[in-house]
Amino acid sequence: MNATAIDNLFQQKIDLDLNIEPKDQMPEKYRLHLIRQISQHAHSEVIGMQPEGNWITRAPSLRAKQILLAKIQDEGGHGLYLYSACETLGISREELIDQLHTGKAKYSNIFNYPALTWADIGAIGWLVDGAAIVNQVSLQRTSYGPYARGMVRICKEESFHQRQGYEIMANMMKGTEAQREMAQDAMNRWWWPSLMMFGPHDSDSPHSGDAFTWKIKRKSNDELRQKFIDKTVQQAEVIGLTIPDDELRWNEEKQGYDHGEINWEEFKRVINGNGPCNKQRMDHHKKYHAEGAWVREAAAAYAKENSK
Amino acid sequence: MTKKEALFNYLLQLGDNALIQGHRLSEWCSKAPFLEEDLALTNMALDNIGRAQSFLKYAGDIEGIGRTDDDLAYKRGERQFYNHLIYELPIGDFAYTIAKQLIISVFEYFQYTELTQSKDSTITGIASKSLKEIKYHKLHATDWCMRLGKGTVESHQRLQEAFNALWMYTVELFEMYESDAILVKDGIAIDLNIVKMKWKEMIATILKEATIDIPTVDYMQTGSRRGIHTEHLGHLLAEMQYLQRAYPDATW
Ligand SMILES: [Fe+2]
Ligand SMILES: [Fe+2]
Ligand SMILES: [Fe+2]
Repeated sequence: MNATAIDNLFQQKIDLDLNIEPKDQMPEKYRLHLIRQISQHAHSEVIGMQPEGNWITRAPSLRAKQILLAKIQDEGGHGLYLYSACETLGISREELIDQLHTGKAKYSNIFNYPALTWADIGAIGWLVDGAAIVNQVSLQRTSYGPYARGMVRICKEESFHQRQGYEIMANMMKGTEAQREMAQDAMNRWWWPSLMMFGPHDSDSPHSGDAFTWKIKRKSNDELRQKFIDKTVQQAEVIGLTIPDDELRWNEEKQGYDHGEINWEEFKRVINGNGPCNKQRMDHHKKYHAEGAWVREAAAAYAKENSK
Repeated sequence: MTKKEALFNYLLQLGDNALIQGHRLSEWCSKAPFLEEDLALTNMALDNIGRAQSFLKYAGDIEGIGRTDDDLAYKRGERQFYNHLIYELPIGDFAYTIAKQLIISVFEYFQYTELTQSKDSTITGIASKSLKEIKYHKLHATDWCMRLGKGTVESHQRLQEAFNALWMYTVELFEMYESDAILVKDGIAIDLNIVKMKWKEMIATILKEATIDIPTVDYMQTGSRRGIHTEHLGHLLAEMQYLQRAYPDATW
């Protein structure tokens, strides 16, 4: 089959809502788009372990410590499924990590913000996992089979994380004055970066065209962001947290909230490497990857010797 | 020492070992040599925190003045902790953590095997559940001892050095004090002399296969049974207890 025939057959499958599987022929651009998107997702799960890991040893109760440890393990597990899904597209884990280290591959910008207080652990679970779910639910129907199936499994766990994060915030809001202040402060710092997780406005979104034709992406950035805002505002009100947006108003006509403009200057600055923790997160990952080299070498040498 | 005091102290020893071990293992989060190993280490941390919670809760019940598992974990000072010294030592490099894991998991394997026969049914309940986890911890440590011991020149050397550094903390694991003596009589606590023999034998076998020499040391450390620790424990507790200490009126 020539390239055009492959492309046609491929698009027919897509149009029939059939999943594309690893052994199917696919256009090179589709494959590369998926590698970029899935690896970005995998790296996000892994880099996200850092801000939350920052609080394991200081978690304020044995129960909170166990919940946080289990959550971070889930995230690492998500990283693993997603790396495997990516490997079905003909790229190795080592290459993927290399791309992360050289900056060729990205990870979610949200993890370039610091987890400063215990309330941030609540805010991350509630808002960041909450935003991730909205996005990932729509990806359960994405066209690439291994990615779609990974999302189904991941979404179940993410909704636990979201509830647990919310529970932390709710408990703090029922607590002392200092706890309420801590919770509101975390809300203030995490709200806007969470909205940025959905990416630029649809009108400025550079990669969306092909992603829609290939049904990798099923809903637009602005649609998803709106969904997230609508479900989150009410949750905040119930526990007495204020959304840090003066322009937030219920819009009867669209049956959704209008909100203030996102600081796109900040968005661009952080994406381009100048957020509070970009350098810290990358240095951490590189440092411990390099420190582990002798262990990986030993394991490989041992495995080779024992397979003889 | 009354029997009740002895049991309270004994439960603190068991709970503190698990708590401190869980804390140290959790420090590996996002720092392990590869992702699968990151998950293995933090999963073992989680096992330990769960076990600590069970023992400290029971300890609080036995003490009978209303202290909870969290009170015991977060509001005792460094002189009131009874974990063995080896548990509180910093994580070091991966070889050091693995050597520590082997020493500890083989000890706990025999300790908990005995504890499943305790006359105290709460202890046997916790011990049976823990033993399943400990078997996996032991397998994990043994596998890594083989890989590191026989992997490369560097990994062999690092593992040997780790065992050399840790060896002076091994004998303390088998020391028996007043609380043990009181409880052994009633079949609640276990005789650590039996555990010591079995531990020595199994460690010797594993190290031999991993081509690691059994270290010789002039002096064996001691102190934890009297609440005398290394300098490391104070830092660990300062970190672990920070929120509870900074906001004494708060519940989380
Ligand atoms: Fe995740
Ligand atoms: Fe996540
Ligand atoms: Fe999550």
